[in-house]
Amino acid sequence: MEFKTIEQLVQLAVHAGVSISEVMIREEMAASDHTREHVISRMLAHLETMEQAVERGLTEDIRSHSGLTGGEGKRLHAYAAGGNTVSGRKMLNAVSRAIATNEVNAAMGTIVATPTAGACGVIPGCLFGLAPELGVSREEMVRFLFTSGAIGMVIANQSFISGAAGGCQAEVGSASAMAAGAVVELAGGTPEQSAEAVAIALKNTLGLVCDPVAGLVEVPCVMRNAMGAANALVAADLALAGVRSVIPADEVIAAMYRIGQAMPNTLKETAMGGLADTPTGRKIKDRLFGDPPPSGSIREE
Amino acid sequence: MKFRSVFDIIGPAMIGPSSSHTAGAARIGRMARMLFGRPPKKAEFVLYGSFAETYRGHGTDVALVGGILQFDTFDPRIKDALLMAKDLDIDILISKADDPEEHPNTVRVILTDDQGSLEIKGISIGGGKIEVKEAGGFAVNLTGDYWTMLVFHEDHFGMIASIAQVLADHQINIGSMHMSRKGKGQEALLLIETDQPMDDDAMGSKIEAFAHVHGVRIIAPL
Repeated sequence: MEFKTIEQLVQLAVHAGVSISEVMIREEMAASDHTREHVISRMLAHLETMEQAVERGLTEDIRSHSGLTGGEGKRLHAYAAGGNTVSGRKMLNAVSRAIATNEVNAAMGTIVATPTAGACGVIPGCLFGLAPELGVSREEMVRFLFTSGAIGMVIANQSFISGAAGGCQAEVGSASAMAAGAVVELAGGTPEQSAEAVAIALKNTLGLVCDPVAGLVEVPCVMRNAMGAANALVAADLALAGVRSVIPADEVIAAMYRIGQAMPNTLKETAMGGLADTPTGRKIKDRLFGDPPPSGSIREE
Repeated sequence: MKFRSVFDIIGPAMIGPSSSHTAGAARIGRMARMLFGRPPKKAEFVLYGSFAETYRGHGTDVALVGGILQFDTFDPRIKDALLMAKDLDIDILISKADDPEEHPNTVRVILTDDQGSLEIKGISIGGGKIEVKEAGGFAVNLTGDYWTMLVFHEDHFGMIASIAQVLADHQINIGSMHMSRKGKGQEALLLIETDQPMDDDAMGSKIEAFAHVHGVRIIAPL
């Protein structure tokens, strides 16, 4: 890859006079030795998988095996359709689709990890929430995913993207930053503005711990995907309005890494701290996993 | 750079709920199965760290077993892998280790049949990406990103030259090569990643017939 930092990514786009998505498409073609058509069609397949997950989450009665999550994306979608909301239609369209996707994930449905499964709602939520409102083409939707992916590659290589390694800031935080930068491009902003949106979105999720109740990717993951989508849209609007982050994106990413390193293991997807270690969280864990597993072929030491 | 492709970040398409604990686990299982090279009679999984603490909630157990059954990350049969393994008479043993490992998502997989056994150590580094750090007692670094050949052999001169010649004859370009041995003249492993596909018929069986070679595994990218 020709870029290791957000700054380099922006410079590549600016110097070539192209979008961040175009930089990513060209880089992927060079790295994989595949044609543009091949690279685009592979991403298009992911777009379609995401679309099916959103559709399922908004229309079917999704319920996870544990019974902890499901149906809230559909509920919010119906509420938003009523029109009388606090945060507005675009915002809630994105948030309801983020929730819907993550509910499908929790129910062991098929999703696309963006960058992970725990954070799989944020990016399709923003994309499928905004696309009809902005009247964008299928090609622009695919480009949204390349822009997200370019930002995610920098974060993944400079810091981390999994809750086990760096807490929820690394999962939903990364997804939110990726989505924020891509929303800026989708809305007609510049690569520099995308970088500002990345910095703003990621700053706001620094320190977020990974504390899933009973170790399930459900509580608080589904609602954190809602927050991640909302945070991305606000960060994008701030950047599009001309707001600049005092701390540049690459330094925010580096700070995220150091915070993750300093985070205790109880707060990194071990289900031993935070919300998992509340009276209700512990009660749920006992209810779900208190008994030995039923299968006779499994022994646990 | 651990993540080299945009599809490491946007992707994989997978059965939920966790890319590191479900998709990554499925890939480690599948890699173990490919390295073993045959269907096992018994599969043991020793889980560490976050894998050990949260495997039931994440379906890590079904995903690992799904991998042993060679299912891809998006294969809906993953959900039923434990029952399918039972039907196939594969003995599954899952245990939790107390001692810490360097990486929070670590699993040791031991596959056994009448002919022998293979132990690997795999880690799931996030977003469904994995690395195999040990195989058959050798330190390795297998990512599943490339076509990979593993040649288990006896430490002996001329080994690299003769294997490289076979690949050159088939116009296969070597991207990376790593040799390790347990001691002078003892068991050794040559690990080769290539840009082009390799196959057992043309290359694997030829190399397997060389003196001092114990076994060859060719693995397609995950």
